[in-house]
Amino acid sequence: MRLLTHNMLSSNIKGVTNGFPLRIQVEKVVEKQVEINHDFLRNIFPKIDWKAFSDASRIMGYNELPEEPPEPSVLESDVEFLGKFHHALLELHLEEGALLCPETGRKFPVSKGIPNMLLLEDEV
Amino acid sequence: MKLKQLESLLGDLQQFSNPKIELEQYPTGPHIASRLLYTAENSFDDISNKVVADFGCGCGTLGAAAALLGAEQVIGIDIDSQSLEIVSMNAEDLELDIDFVQCDIGNLGWRGQIVDTVVMNPPFGTRKKGVDMDFLFVALKVASRAVYSLHKTSTRDYVKRAALRDLNASSAEVLCELRFDIPQLYKFHKKKEVDIAVDLWRFVPKRSRGKDS
Repeated sequence: MRLLTHNMLSSNIKGVTNGFPLRIQVEKVVEKQVEINHDFLRNIFPKIDWKAFSDASRIMGYNELPEEPPEPSVLESDVEFLGKFHHALLELHLEEGALLCPETGRKFPVSKGIPNMLLLEDEV
Repeated sequence: MKLKQLESLLGDLQQFSNPKIELEQYPTGPHIASRLLYTAENSFDDISNKVVADFGCGCGTLGAAAALLGAEQVIGIDIDSQSLEIVSMNAEDLELDIDFVQCDIGNLGWRGQIVDTVVMNPPFGTRKKGVDMDFLFVALKVASRAVYSLHKTSTRDYVKRAALRDLNASSAEVLCELRFDIPQLYKFHKKKEVDIAVDLWRFVPKRSRGKDS
């Protein structure tokens, strides 16, 4: 599971008001290189919840992202920043671990990179 | 990539070994899948460099097609562990970068409309009534650009009305009518093969916020 996906997933357990972001518990992180696409990064940047994303990247062991989101103009010119953004968003995979509901603490296991978000009967 | 090449690659994907009737698991044939994605990309620019989600991805035919046509990120969502095992292998075989999530679409917790395009071949609702519209409901909440979906031609008027009136679609168009081959997968199937008329739909969601994309 990449952090782009993590930035969209939330807990939908009955009674939970805000299930985003899911807290990450790491057992194994894998890095897989993919080609960088500057235009894509510029387009997706305004849609990303930056705090959730940068916090998650640190938990995954990557400490290069600023806590505060940069000004959009940075994405126009700063190639080094784009590289870091790309790496954290698309090249870090949570292979084994768990995602935790921020309100209930309920664990959604992540195995072979796939989070299991299936709810139990009483959680629906 | 040429249409024929895409169709050929999709034809090599592994399919359900033990399809589950209660989930209406049928493979999306390479013929339909390649044309669906080809149209989405060439007529509407909805695939390349976009974030694409495949709802009810099954063995991943639609998601794989999206990745092959240049989607920047593909996310496949399915309820069934066995399908996810198969689709993971398929993605690896074609060296495609696809994220998978195991989830019941009806219970999907999702933030915002970050996904550009949803592609799906949802269950028709023959086992669990209304499930096709459940899928469409969630898809229109998640996608910011477009939803491509297959529904039985016999439900055409109903789907259009429901999408526009209840499910927050700003437009609902049938792009074409296709024949969906259902091979003899289940014991109750009497014929060797059956053709069902399905509509390929393109829905455009209303935007929940005034953000440019």
